[in-house]
Amino acid sequence: MFYREAGQYKTNYKDDLATFPILQDRIAIGIYLVIAFVAIPIFGNDFFINSMMIPFLIFTLAAIGLNILTGYTGQLSLGTGAFMGVGAYACYKMTTIFPDINIIILVVLSGVFSAGIGAIFGLPSLRIKGFYLVVTTLAAQFFLEWCFIRIPWLYNYNISGAIEVPQREIMGVIITGASASPTARYLVVLSVVVVMTWIASNIIQGRIGRSWMMIRDMDIAAELMGVRPLQAKLSAFAVSSFYCGVAGAMMVFFWLGAAEVESFDVNQSFRILFMVVLGGLGSLVGCYMGAAFIWMLPIMITIAPSIFGLDINAATVEHINFMMIGGLIIFFLIMEPHGLARLWSLAKQKLRVWPFPY
Amino acid sequence: MFKKLILGAAAIVAAGSMQVTTASAEDSLYIPSLTYRTGPYAGNGTPFANGYADYFNMLNARDGGIGGVKIVVEECETGYNSQKGVECYESTKGKGPLAYSPLSTGITLQLIPKAAVDKIPVFSMGYGLSAAAVGESFPWIFNYPTTYWSQLSAILKYIDSKEGIKGKKIGFIYLDAGYGKEPIPLLDKLSESMGFTVAKFPVAGKEMQNQASHWLNVRKERPDWMIMWGWGAMNSTAIKEAVKIRFPLDHFIGNWWSGGDADLGPVGKAGKGYLAANFSGLGTDFPAVQDIIKHVVDAGNSLVKDKSEVGHVLYNRGMFNAVVLAEAIAAAQKATGKKVITGEDMRVGLESFDLSEARLKELGLEGFTAPIKASCKDHEGGGSIFIQQWNGSAWEKVTDSITPMTDVVRPLLEEAAKNYVADKPEWKTQTCS
Amino acid sequence: MELLYNIFIDPFVQMGAMPDFLLQVLWEGFVSGILYALLALGFVLIFKASGVFNFAQGIMVVFSALSLVSLYAAGVPAYIALALAILIMAALAVTIERVVLRHLVNQDDIILFMATIGLSYFLIGFGELIFGGEPKAMITEELGLPTGSTTFDIFDGILILQHIDIAAAVIAAILVAVLAIFFSKTRIGRGLRAVADDHQAALSVGISLNQIWAIVWFASGIVALATGIMWGAKSDVSFALQIVALKALPVLILGGFTSVPGAIVGGLIIGFGEKLFEVYWGGLLGGGVEGWFAYVIALIFLLFRPQGLFGEKIIERV
Repeated sequence: MFYREAGQYKTNYKDDLATFPILQDRIAIGIYLVIAFVAIPIFGNDFFINSMMIPFLIFTLAAIGLNILTGYTGQLSLGTGAFMGVGAYACYKMTTIFPDINIIILVVLSGVFSAGIGAIFGLPSLRIKGFYLVVTTLAAQFFLEWCFIRIPWLYNYNISGAIEVPQREIMGVIITGASASPTARYLVVLSVVVVMTWIASNIIQGRIGRSWMMIRDMDIAAELMGVRPLQAKLSAFAVSSFYCGVAGAMMVFFWLGAAEVESFDVNQSFRILFMVVLGGLGSLVGCYMGAAFIWMLPIMITIAPSIFGLDINAATVEHINFMMIGGLIIFFLIMEPHGLARLWSLAKQKLRVWPFPY
Repeated sequence: MFKKLILGAAAIVAAGSMQVTTASAEDSLYIPSLTYRTGPYAGNGTPFANGYADYFNMLNARDGGIGGVKIVVEECETGYNSQKGVECYESTKGKGPLAYSPLSTGITLQLIPKAAVDKIPVFSMGYGLSAAAVGESFPWIFNYPTTYWSQLSAILKYIDSKEGIKGKKIGFIYLDAGYGKEPIPLLDKLSESMGFTVAKFPVAGKEMQNQASHWLNVRKERPDWMIMWGWGAMNSTAIKEAVKIRFPLDHFIGNWWSGGDADLGPVGKAGKGYLAANFSGLGTDFPAVQDIIKHVVDAGNSLVKDKSEVGHVLYNRGMFNAVVLAEAIAAAQKATGKKVITGEDMRVGLESFDLSEARLKELGLEGFTAPIKASCKDHEGGGSIFIQQWNGSAWEKVTDSITPMTDVVRPLLEEAAKNYVADKPEWKTQTCS
Repeated sequence: MELLYNIFIDPFVQMGAMPDFLLQVLWEGFVSGILYALLALGFVLIFKASGVFNFAQGIMVVFSALSLVSLYAAGVPAYIALALAILIMAALAVTIERVVLRHLVNQDDIILFMATIGLSYFLIGFGELIFGGEPKAMITEELGLPTGSTTFDIFDGILILQHIDIAAAVIAAILVAVLAIFFSKTRIGRGLRAVADDHQAALSVGISLNQIWAIVWFASGIVALATGIMWGAKSDVSFALQIVALKALPVLILGGFTSVPGAIVGGLIIGFGEKLFEVYWGGLLGGGVEGWFAYVIALIFLLFRPQGLFGEKIIERV
């Protein structure tokens, strides 16, 4: 009833290609942004911002990174965790060498390093794909993990082998370290994620993104039509790793505060992969949904029994959580391989003709 | 839509946390317990968490809490994962927790900077950052009764007392992570002053149960003694491999995370002779432990699967962790005159911590551990350990308390603390008179 | 110069100086190789018949071994526990086929692969829920497996052979032989090979795909149980063991995804290579290189022979 595009005419090609062609969508996006930028910082409590919103946004960014590679270019990767690590260690090194440079610039710059590493490990994708590529990305994962332990220069010879985030501020506001307020960190993370989502959406709809999708759908046909696999695949690896790297740097600097190698292990790669699969391969909205789902579900499962007065011990909750995530992955793959994003668009479709679906 | 979901979720969270707050904050002492009953290290985490919870529950049942105030223990499962650890911290810190025992080096490192800001002390009992023993630099962090570095020096002293360490070759096999690497600087330093050589064998987390080549290297290097900084499944695998290459087990010493019943159980008789460091008493022959059995285990309020698990090494250590916190709470109550205390009061209690022989006897824990006496400067409080030996089916204490080489370790700890603080201009230290 | 010496000369000098030790390294390489081969065998069986790359093989190893140990702990005699554990793996195979695979027929390989990741998460949670997370001892002696060791004096040194390792090699050989006979001589075995060759053709001559799938999952469940017993005897039975299963991936790349002999040869190559490299060259890199060595070998291999040593040449090339 309220959600339909009747009366909204597209009078030129530009309108037709717009990201959100329907007015109501644009309003909705506006509302979301207002909620995210104004309402949550004002009304959200520390736990909500710190343990739900910040990790959710950071994982969203990593999921966007992986989705670019897996969802849009069709190259499955299990090295996400390690590429996030490259970003985190790069950012740590840079900010300890140049403490005066704005930390946000460094966070974005650290993405460049992981992009480079990602492109190198993307080279085998020119010859192989499928499971074979999975193995090369796993090789990247394990080799990089080993580097994070074995090259003490990366963590400034810290005895514990960990990177510890120094305090940094911009314009007088502390944004990293333990003294930074959750709201400040949240707003920084939110801004970066929103801007990078917008950039990703433009890249994907542009020439480069379309060449990725052609490679995904049929590489030989794409090559015949003038897409160069070398450029397309390596650019996908680079952009994807760039996003993962920024996400990794933000994870350590704006969320965890300190990190060991363990934060970037293969389980992290799996978690991001689950977010992409559940959210929907080849969908940016899906990244948000998948990240929210995978990150919030365990928290919900932990909290829910206590509300209903049930006393289930923490370990059982964790076991159930594992079972539910595993079960849901299988369920979604069977029932809706395109994930939550597809359900979302189905819902919108239904809403369009509601209440007269004839 | 999904934003609505999130907001809905937020409402649930808010409701949930409010509910718990009303139940706990006003008239109780809230102790969060970060456990890992799941994941690859569950075998070690579970008994520890049981001992920890059971002691507090025993105090509630026997004495009605501490100073007449009930203790509320809430578990939060971390699975030894530092991201989950931070989540647990955030979800519990609003409920007025008195102290955190993170039970993982990774989580401890993340909490150390937060402790001073949120004014909640971190009690990392014999793990975490060794340098935190320096009270001036780390007012909010405590690691009674000892640190990894003190422990290592005590282990080396034990070897020296056995057959002289000069000219010997010491093999060091360790989990290749922050935890395992922590003692290496001290080991290198002491090898010069004590005149032994060191061979290092790092074991990657993924290779924990696949150590054949590490032990081939051990056979190649032929060390006289082996020291292990292992954890979880790594321990039993290492001991089995040591048996395989015929390494004499009575020359193989694990640190106190490599000497639990869960580690040696799977090895069984073959592990006879293996040594490990420890600082918490063995068995159930302590009145306090008997009280736990009487008031908690027999009453069916414990999570232990079997009564025989009470008295195991890690169960007793979890209990010891609770003992220290309970004593600190009592000390804080005495110092401030308040019944219900805050994290800041708790810090005072931990800093004035004094567990004398007499007090141990009062608690029903005579001979359980060496006395601990802390000060503003010293957040380690003694550093003594003893050595225990596996007799094929159970652990036996084989030495008295061994004091660490404080004269060597303390300057190193202070240097490490200085390095930690050096690049953090905002770091809050304290001055001790 | 010194570096070159350390890389190209010193290791061989060491090998020559201590030939008994070299033999020991090779033996350990052989033993690890057998275990890797067993792990990889479980993958190959399923991949051959259904094109599914079964990521859950690792957790199946843990799950089967835990069932065995827990049954024994509950008072069931060892051999009956073994039989029951095999039954549990059969039930698991049928359930997986019914609940998961049947609904995913004709999907992309990648979708199936991710479904098995989901499966492995489910089994981790389920396993910890019913068996508990603490490590358990493998009931080696109770199953009648030897536990001693024999020492040989050779080259002025000693070579220690563990009986359990010898038993592992023998059991692996028997298992492979039985599977080979099963594949070539029985009706079901021929059905399996037909399905592996061409799903649709097999369907059209009346072979039940669902039945065949349940059978291969069961077969790889038995292989998983054997792997679990052997590996459990080496260390203990805990959930950390499933991480080791990732080692099968490089073995598969080396041997080819569809070849049983490939899995065996690949496992042995990785086993030997890894031990030799770690012991004689690992020190140059600070040790602990085992974690990625196999993958790097696989990576290099991929660039030159993507189908593996024995794989079929129909690999998708770009």
